Amino acid sequence: MSGSTPAFVALAAAMAQALAILVGVVLLAAVMTVVERRLLGLWQDRHGPNRVGPAGSLQLVADMIKILFKEDWIPPFADRPLFVLAPVIAMASLLLSFMIIPLTPTWGVADWHIGLLFFFAMAGINVYAVLLGGWSSGNKYALLGAMRATAQTLSYEVFMGLSLMGVVALAGSFNLREIVAAQQGLWFIVPQFLGFCTFLVAGVAVTHRHPFDQPEAEQELADGYHIEYSGMKFGMFFIGEYIGMVLVSALIVTLFFGGWLGPWLPPFAWFALKTGALLVLFVLLRAALPRPRHDHVMSFGWRVCLPLTLINLLVTGAAILWLSPATD
Amino acid sequence: MATIEVDGRRYAVDGQDNLLQACLTLGLDLPYFCWHPALGSVGACRQCAVKQYRDAEDTQGTLVMACMTPAADGTRLSLEDDEARAFRAGVIEWLMVHHPHDCPVCAEGGHCHLQDMTVMTGHHRRRYRFRKRTHRNQYLGPFIAHEMNRCITCYRCVRFYRDYAGGTDLGAFGAGDNVYFGRHREGVLESAFAGNLTEVCPTGVFTDRTHAERYTRKWDLQFAPGICHQCAVGCNTSPGERHGEIRRIENRYHGEVNRFFLCDRGRFGYDYVNRADRPRRPEWRGESAEPLVLDVDAALDRGAEALRRARRVIGIGSPRASLEGNHQLCDLVGEANFSTGIAAREQDCLARMRRLNRDAGLPTPTLRDVESHDAVLVLGEDLIASAARLGLAVRQAVLGRRAALAAARDIPAWNAEAVMTLAQDARHPLFIAYPTATGLDDIAEQCLHLAPEDIARLGFAVAHAIDPAAPAVDGLDARTRAQAERIAAALLAARRPLVIGGGSLESPALVEAAGNVARALATRERRGGLTLVRREANGTGVELLGGRPLEWALDVLDEGAADAVVVLENDLYQRLPRERVDRALAAARTVIVLDHQRTPTWERAHLGLPAASFAEGDGTLVSLEGRAQRFYAVFEPRYHRPETRIHPGWRWLLALGASLERRAVPEVALDAVTRDCARRHPALAGIVEVVPGAEARVDGLKLARQPHRYSGRTALRADLDVSEPRPPQDPDTPFTFSMEGYAGHERPRREVPFAWAPGWNSPQAWNKFTDEVGGHLRGGDPGVRLLAPAADVGDHVDAIPPPFTPCADEWRLVVLPRLFGGEETSSRSAPIQARAAPATLRLAAEDARRLDAEEGDRLRVETARACVALPLHVDATLPRGLVAIPAGVAAALASGERAWLTAAPEAGEASP
Amino acid sequence: MWTSLIPATWSQLRTLGMVFRHAFRRRETVNYPDEAVYLPPRFRGRIVLTRDPDGEERCVACNLCAVACPVDCIALEKGEAEDGRWYPSSFRINFSRCIYCGLCEEACPTSAIQLTPDFEMSEYRRQDLVYEKEDLLIDGPGKDHDYHFYKVAGLAIAGKDKGEARDEKPPRDVRTLLP
Repeated sequence: MSGSTPAFVALAAAMAQALAILVGVVLLAAVMTVVERRLLGLWQDRHGPNRVGPAGSLQLVADMIKILFKEDWIPPFADRPLFVLAPVIAMASLLLSFMIIPLTPTWGVADWHIGLLFFFAMAGINVYAVLLGGWSSGNKYALLGAMRATAQTLSYEVFMGLSLMGVVALAGSFNLREIVAAQQGLWFIVPQFLGFCTFLVAGVAVTHRHPFDQPEAEQELADGYHIEYSGMKFGMFFIGEYIGMVLVSALIVTLFFGGWLGPWLPPFAWFALKTGALLVLFVLLRAALPRPRHDHVMSFGWRVCLPLTLINLLVTGAAILWLSPATD
Repeated sequence: MATIEVDGRRYAVDGQDNLLQACLTLGLDLPYFCWHPALGSVGACRQCAVKQYRDAEDTQGTLVMACMTPAADGTRLSLEDDEARAFRAGVIEWLMVHHPHDCPVCAEGGHCHLQDMTVMTGHHRRRYRFRKRTHRNQYLGPFIAHEMNRCITCYRCVRFYRDYAGGTDLGAFGAGDNVYFGRHREGVLESAFAGNLTEVCPTGVFTDRTHAERYTRKWDLQFAPGICHQCAVGCNTSPGERHGEIRRIENRYHGEVNRFFLCDRGRFGYDYVNRADRPRRPEWRGESAEPLVLDVDAALDRGAEALRRARRVIGIGSPRASLEGNHQLCDLVGEANFSTGIAAREQDCLARMRRLNRDAGLPTPTLRDVESHDAVLVLGEDLIASAARLGLAVRQAVLGRRAALAAARDIPAWNAEAVMTLAQDARHPLFIAYPTATGLDDIAEQCLHLAPEDIARLGFAVAHAIDPAAPAVDGLDARTRAQAERIAAALLAARRPLVIGGGSLESPALVEAAGNVARALATRERRGGLTLVRREANGTGVELLGGRPLEWALDVLDEGAADAVVVLENDLYQRLPRERVDRALAAARTVIVLDHQRTPTWERAHLGLPAASFAEGDGTLVSLEGRAQRFYAVFEPRYHRPETRIHPGWRWLLALGASLERRAVPEVALDAVTRDCARRHPALAGIVEVVPGAEARVDGLKLARQPHRYSGRTALRADLDVSEPRPPQDPDTPFTFSMEGYAGHERPRREVPFAWAPGWNSPQAWNKFTDEVGGHLRGGDPGVRLLAPAADVGDHVDAIPPPFTPCADEWRLVVLPRLFGGEETSSRSAPIQARAAPATLRLAAEDARRLDAEEGDRLRVETARACVALPLHVDATLPRGLVAIPAGVAAALASGERAWLTAAPEAGEASP
Repeated sequence: MWTSLIPATWSQLRTLGMVFRHAFRRRETVNYPDEAVYLPPRFRGRIVLTRDPDGEERCVACNLCAVACPVDCIALEKGEAEDGRWYPSSFRINFSRCIYCGLCEEACPTSAIQLTPDFEMSEYRRQDLVYEKEDLLIDGPGKDHDYHFYKVAGLAIAGKDKGEARDEKPPRDVRTLLP
């Protein structure tokens, strides 16, 4: 039977694996919405949501039911096609980025040489989600939010790419598995500390998380670019943000913390632990830091982070040149 | 003019004033108690102390009482001086020593002059540790509540009551700190102006008893500029509303009319608008006895349908309805079918009075101007009963001699005690001719108690004595001739003689007699005045509007020439005998009545439409001095009672007219109706200038009906619905039904619903609205005068009636106006009913003896048209041959009719 | 910007640390309604009308609470009892508007209106938040145990004639001029 050829089995296995990762990521993002609220409660000396189910465990179910049954309202003044398209882009671009993340030595959707570049590409596309969503809403707050998001994302993507060039140079590859493999001896957080710092900042900024939530800024823009969204369209933006969080955490783990590497425990456990810790860090940032003014965000990006990444790149390059054996 | 320096600033003031008047006119806040703009200064309370300096070098200064110090040119004084401030604070502290700590349960609280002054001086803590002196209170009648413990012995009450209003039954008793203000024994205060004590008293000793039952603080009342509907004087009032009820009426300052005071009928006669039995929804009486309650559209449809089927529709207007209402009715039925709703005799008098106002050569003085006349002749009017506030003005005119004498001795007019002591009993001459005693007899030089014909003859004789061109009276006896010559001489000796006549006795000859006297004075070039008293609030206006008398309307219905009638705010049974009205209404196939009272006429209506009273509707009235004035709705009845369908009469008639023509009811504002009325009736052309117009604004704001502290807005009607509705909108006037809008005193305006200024919650706040204390409103006094004398004086009238001769077995009936119970609407108010003296039938002592009747016996008086049984009161002053009954007892009994008297069975024992 | 980078970064990290340490603090909130909330006696909650020590209504319908109320949610009407006491013939508070500021209590000259430590007044229908007098009047003196307005004020009521209030002499006889 042709159905049982090894190629087919491999394909089926790969698809199952991809599906599992997809579901896993989405679920993790969804769980994060509740986990975040519990953590914020914890750090603000509150209890957090604890009324639904034992210890609030069914809060997620309640939220899901609620958001799924909410009226999906499209304002009459909105640009309909773009209005519908924007949340799809938001969620899809981030989910797609997850393809390149290797979870364990054997798990992962795609194993491409362009790996990291694909992430940059998808992150670039994600800007459109915000821009289109904000513009098509026909609302001044939405438009302002979208413009802030665009400016912020473009600025921070510039040095986000550059901040990872040190890692790429050290590993000699864009392929994430090879990058992980290159950290066998030493995690890149040590040689690439500056790169890590700037990438962390850029990662938070690109996902519009606190303190870089300028595009949403409830107090100023009344929720920014998704002010006109409701129901599951809003849900997609909302979950998209958490997927972005998971994605950036996973990337940082892969690029700086040795991915699945670690003693005693199985590789996936290491990967999950490290990712989880970073997710907690994301929430802690939100709990602790105030939102800066938009012009401060821009000036910090261009005048601090960008020079830092350039210095990092130069130093890394120099060090590689210095340490590499002369070829002739 | 004089220049004074107050705390280093120089001001130009009137040198005739005292310093307190000058400071208050300048808008400076200086506390005071015993001084009152109308009562002058006595320097009793020591509250208005200021520092006066001799000259520029004087730094020490002397404490003087501002109210007793003339505002001489160059006076330097300081209000802010520490010593003066401490002195004033000390005075308040002493005054408060015995104050009973009961502001929360005091009806004066919130508009109390004592509270204001206490705050102004800064006294806030009681240091006196000893026991307080207390007093017992007195029952003073249904109008005034008494609480002596609150007294600060400023003496304002007795100065007003005795010196200004001529009352005798309120006095100051005791001495030292045991001064008591009250009656010698408990009982009803007799003066017709006792109600002013509530405003004159700076604290809560005298408060409004009619208000007590449904008491509301001043800050919680919704006010509108009102015009009193209870007689024709046209006093300005501030009716206050809460919970859809008029809760009290306060005086509204008008520089030319009522100024500071109202009569008790006007102040306490408002309760009829709160009656539970008032019609509030349209009612249809078809075949069934029980009326069917309708909504507005259904009522209009049925009304229009009925009128459409009618061959001819008669409209009966009313002298107690607004000009706009009467005009709209006239417009609906056509001028040929419009009746004024006034009985023929009264309308005849009204027409003569209007003509006299034009061609008698003398202008009608305003009430303020009345006070500056120096001789008064009253023909056939008991002013205290028929136009009480005018009577009070006449009293001031007569007492004006005091000021004249004082001026000759260079005593300032405000120095009240000195002026009184100087003048003693010196008064300007006042002559009263009336069938019986009147309320002004105590200050009259001569009172002549005559039958109406003889009063008229006296008047004609006076005219002849002044001007020989006037017709002489045939067969005048020597005594009357001497009296006439004495009166004529007094009038001629006066600088400004005033003649007062009127229609109270329904005698055209009497009106003409007053006219002849006026013409005679005019030809002798005296700057005199002629005041003609009308009975009802808008009698003057409706007569100017024109229309046939009521009898004509009933005749047309009787004869079947018309089969439908629309009656506007008029109870026909108050005007003509019951049978006559019954017959006419029975003959009509359709009777539509608009009224705010459930009158006998309303009960006969096929369709009754609930009209607005002065509390709910706006409109224009013309007072007896020819002043057209606008009154404004105080509240929107649907706000508190959503089921009510009360609308102003003019709006009902406008809607009825539109429904009749099968048009949609147009959105017409009141101003358009007023303009239309003025255009159609040239005599009323001036009324368009009465109103500021609904678009008038102050600094872009509408005007607020509520004080800015008005409380309970989100709870008042929360029992009906917790979601507050939008406040009612008022497209007809520049006022809002809320506290949003202008309510201050800095911007001059004519229409002021209530007086309030920062620090001045009491009626004393009016001083902030006038150009000078006791002067005119800074925005101008409201109203427009419509009657002015023509240049040429008309010819004398020579229709002189024969003298009255008593008959052996028949009497001549006179119906005497009375203040309480003599007016239709106010006598439907409970407090007025409680105050009204029981109706009696009066006979001369000799006649009573002849009938062998004694005081209190029930007698039956019978005329050709009706009869009524009343207890007898033997009247020593009444001429023989007359029988007098009070107004408001039996409409069918009219003055001048022949009457027969018989003994009536006692009230208890019914006829077998 | 560059000079402050190090201290600023340190400050942010320190903040993170301090916030993180809150995870081990005591919870400031309680699991209401599973756990009861402690309300201090002066907590400003549900408004009541109290009675004086003799068990009579304290409110004299002076309207000062209504005029002090910044949201105008109090409306009352004065009534007068046979014995001369003033009392509110109706007293209405619209609790859907009330902001529990306590100004009515401050304004009250008779200690009648008081705010109590009770906030459990939720209703499904707003209309049910309109409290009438019978919902407001309680049977005790509330926080002020002793004050009795009519014992102080000069108004005569049944059982307390003129001159019998605090610091009052017996009524004067007007007919004598003796001191």
